[in-house]
Amino acid sequence: MGVKEAISQKLTEKFDPTYLEVIDESERHRGHAGWREGGETHFRVRIASGYFDPLSRVAQHRAVMDALEGEFKAGLHALQIQIVPADGPVNPSVRQPRA
Amino acid sequence: MSEIDSFIDEKVKNNDVFLFMKGTPDFPQCGFSGQVVQILDYLGVEYDSANVLENQDLREGIKVYSNWPTIPQLYVKGEFVGGADIVREMFQAGELQDALATAGVAVKTPAA
Repeated sequence: MGVKEAISQKLTEKFDPTYLEVIDESERHRGHAGWREGGETHFRVRIASGYFDPLSRVAQHRAVMDALEGEFKAGLHALQIQIVPADGPVNPSVRQPRA
Repeated sequence: MSEIDSFIDEKVKNNDVFLFMKGTPDFPQCGFSGQVVQILDYLGVEYDSANVLENQDLREGIKVYSNWPTIPQLYVKGEFVGGADIVREMFQAGELQDALATAGVAVKTPAA
């Protein structure tokens, strides 16, 4: 199982999300610190779950990162986290690769 | 408390605004660290920083100290504020400006 699938699986198990996107952005960080050949080092997660409602921003992000502790230990380097509304982001994934 | 914990503790408690980052404010060596620097500079906030790339003990120690696995990390008045995503979200919502003002930190650009 790749890192992306592992992230999806762990977040699904822990948060039972109503919306989840896991995006591998490793290629955009080619050559940066923490990047490695083969990728799977830089991810963006967009997630919605009632689990987050009572939590502060820091606690929300900590909860996501705690769920992925094993991935961080195994070389996950950067994780951008967006906690989004229950039915998904207002502006869905529109970020285009740079031309 | 270990040596590195004491170092971190001293930094975050003796500086109103302190940033643990990769590189320096003049030469950030990571895009996420650079984003936080840009926001703090835009707000005209006085802050000090430490470059975790120069000190492996600090690089690992700060992750444990904050219970936060990534860099950058922003502290205001000894309190952990967040990493790049949180700082950017708070800035865009005007919350960072409010939090700094509440903490008694001078901000050049008033909250919208």
